[in-house]
Amino acid sequence: MKKLNRRTKVLLLTILMTVILIAFYAFAVLIPESAVASSFLNAKLPPSWEHPFGTDALGRDLLMRTFKGMAVSMTVGIVASGISAVLAVFIGIAAATGSKRVDAVISWIIDLVMGIPHTVLIILISFALGRGLKGLLVGVAATHWCSLARLIRGEVLQLRSQQYVAVSRRLGKSSGWILVHHLLPHLVPQFFVGLVLMFPHAILHEASISFLGYGLPPEQPAIGIILAESMKYISAGMWWPAVFPGLTLVLIVLLVDRLGDNLRMVIDPYNAQE
Amino acid sequence: MKGTFGRLSRTFLSYGVRILSLLLAVSIISFVLVSASPIDPVQQYILGLGTAVSPEQRAEIEEYWGVNEPPVERYFTWLGELLKGNLGESALYRRPVADIISERFANSLALMFCAWLLAGVIGFALGCIMGIYQNQWPDKLIKKICYLLSSVPTFWLGLVFLLVFAVILKWFPIGFSSPIGILSEDVSIWQRLYHLALPAFTLSLMSFANIALHTRQKLIDVLNSEYVLFARARGEGKWTILRRHGLRNIMLPALTLQFASFAELFGGSVMAENVFSYPGLGSAVAAAGLNSDVPLLLGVTLFSALFVCVGNMIANLLYGVVDPQIREVSR
Amino acid sequence: MKQKNETLLEIHDLSVSFRMYDGGLEQKELQVISDLHLTVRPGEIVAVAGSSGSGKSLLASAILGILPSNATVRGHLHYKGQQLTPEIQSRLRGREIALVPQSVAFLDPLMKVGKQVDGHKKPYPTEKRRGLFKRFALPEKTESLYPFQLSGGMARRVLVSTALISDAELIIADEPTPGMSLDQALEALQMFREMADAGKAVILITHDIDLAFEFADRVAVFYAGTTVETAPAADFRKGADALRHPYSKALWRALPQNGFQPIDGFQPYAGELPKGCLFAPRCPHATEECRCQIPPIRETGDGEVRCFHAS
Repeated sequence: MKKLNRRTKVLLLTILMTVILIAFYAFAVLIPESAVASSFLNAKLPPSWEHPFGTDALGRDLLMRTFKGMAVSMTVGIVASGISAVLAVFIGIAAATGSKRVDAVISWIIDLVMGIPHTVLIILISFALGRGLKGLLVGVAATHWCSLARLIRGEVLQLRSQQYVAVSRRLGKSSGWILVHHLLPHLVPQFFVGLVLMFPHAILHEASISFLGYGLPPEQPAIGIILAESMKYISAGMWWPAVFPGLTLVLIVLLVDRLGDNLRMVIDPYNAQE
Repeated sequence: MKGTFGRLSRTFLSYGVRILSLLLAVSIISFVLVSASPIDPVQQYILGLGTAVSPEQRAEIEEYWGVNEPPVERYFTWLGELLKGNLGESALYRRPVADIISERFANSLALMFCAWLLAGVIGFALGCIMGIYQNQWPDKLIKKICYLLSSVPTFWLGLVFLLVFAVILKWFPIGFSSPIGILSEDVSIWQRLYHLALPAFTLSLMSFANIALHTRQKLIDVLNSEYVLFARARGEGKWTILRRHGLRNIMLPALTLQFASFAELFGGSVMAENVFSYPGLGSAVAAAGLNSDVPLLLGVTLFSALFVCVGNMIANLLYGVVDPQIREVSR
Repeated sequence: MKQKNETLLEIHDLSVSFRMYDGGLEQKELQVISDLHLTVRPGEIVAVAGSSGSGKSLLASAILGILPSNATVRGHLHYKGQQLTPEIQSRLRGREIALVPQSVAFLDPLMKVGKQVDGHKKPYPTEKRRGLFKRFALPEKTESLYPFQLSGGMARRVLVSTALISDAELIIADEPTPGMSLDQALEALQMFREMADAGKAVILITHDIDLAFEFADRVAVFYAGTTVETAPAADFRKGADALRHPYSKALWRALPQNGFQPIDGFQPYAGELPKGCLFAPRCPHATEECRCQIPPIRETGDGEVRCFHAS
């Protein structure tokens, strides 16, 4: 192990984390409906070998339900942060390459989005789209692009002032050519790192908003809904529906968060010292 | 002196214009969003009445709400009323929205203020410890805790606290800002604090990591500065340096960050209030959205934007007031 | 000239190296000061002169014991005949040994000048500081200014005040003159002269050799982290022939008024020091011996030199 240098280790760790996450996701998606069927005989069972996370008030196995719920939340998280990251790239490039006025307008829009607490804004957007999955997705996507857009704007501005870009311009290369040959190679890694770092936030927001009762219908158990249901029984001392699904959520978020950090170290080792 | 006054009033004027333009934009956007909703607020309102409504009555309600007017006209009617201080009537609580906001904001403010103060003090202190013991075990340990907490959702932490401290240990009540069955005027400050403690603690845990990590970085920058090298050359010890130079140079950035984080604070309080059934703005906005209470939803959104704006403004002004470099130059 | 009083500070074979991470996990020792000799007596100004990058400023930190934690110090540092340990250094800092920093950047930007000059030790010597300010013709309101409000001249006097308020017997001035006009530089050096005449010992770290040998009593020539020659300042005023080390001679000849002859080659980088005499690769007189062996320090006349061939 000592022989491996740090970069290799980080790389291996990153791959391992990715594999775990994908395996978890694939397993959760493939769980059949029958595994979370309600059974009144088994209602409110504390954790046991048969039901490691226990069962809920309707007798559904909480382990399976949590996994399924995580899969739903992860899907929302991935799609929402994907949309958000693409949005951030376009807006960031537009702000950096457009006229001063475009830049000012974008900076004003960012101020606006940052000026409303995200939870409130997502509630509003979710309401506008009739609550449900679509509202949740758009809400989370609309609130997460700001910081990445600022980052990309800064990056593009810095790259544009670089010597070789100036030389290309002098040589009569078009803006499009410069974009493809000089800017994109730098922006693509930024995009992926930004995407992965945005992902845990998106999951957390999805969980929060679905906890409040927005988003998915109760039959489709996003992790937030499972936790919201657990609240009803918490005063009766039923602790397992609150603890285990929450822990799973935290673990997945932590894993994704570490993955993002590692990815950044692999892609951009000089800026990832801290 | 005249110059200072002119500069100050110009600053305030430009802030005022900025805030007004942002608030106006927030009002337009939120209005557009609620108008676009497929959920019919009249239907929800009628459902909320719980009695059968004849088509004539329904038409009357629609007339009163102006549902059939074009949206732009409706917006201006709403805005006009808003400027007169009339935010409409909440469909959910059957009371003027302005009353609900002022009453609930008092509750939310108490919660957010306690959490804000607690997070600020804990975060700043931990940040100082991390900075002083940079890369030693206290630093590494606290940093791990900070990163861990940023991966934990507020509402789940609240749930766990509720479970541990209220259900199992029975130290704290399960919810509400005051004991049930007692008129709100009769509730003592201690009872209020007692009901406030758990939600405020939860909320503060969610926000101290940010300030701690920021303070750590600022302190490390200060400790690597030339003036700290000189202070060491003059025989100042670690803690003397922290007291004489560290605090002086990191307090302002930390305070600024605290004021600039009002948006996260408000967002966090929405979650904390819902977990602890705390009757503040956060639980009101969640309920408003779920029950299609459009006037209340719009009112709280605008109010939260105003709240964040005020925080940002204070953060910006702080630089001018406390930093002598800026203060003296502008003199 | 005051000669051979008891020495205040004596440095023997001082080496300072840094542990560096060289790309990933490779650790590397970077020697920045090697086998340095220096003696300082009360009442004299010893100039430590050399081009930039020769490790002069680190010498000040090493004497005060405020090097960064990844630095290792070897060799002997004696103050008043006592071996300097970290404990003793921390007691002497700001009491008996004072540093006059280069610029206003060494003052806390958010602390008023008066409070800053007073220092942290109670009772605050406020009265004494006011006296010093008066002596330096600093207006009374200076004490309530912030560092960024000081003019260049005021800043210099304030920085010197920080040293004088402590009754220190050894004052280390680190590059006090760069960025100053000639008049200002002369004024600053005059202050150090006065301190020395009052019986204090002054180490003047500078790359301005010209000014150094005008004001100092002795000049230590610094090259690649070591002193190659220590000579009375008078020798420098006499000319190249009075000097002992080929580098000192070359340095003298490189001065504008002495012909402006540049020295070929570059000062070696701290990571790539030659095996023998550090100056051998650039020395016209270097022999096989110089390339293989580090020459010992030798006393010649009134000075010391580290060269096999010096006369």
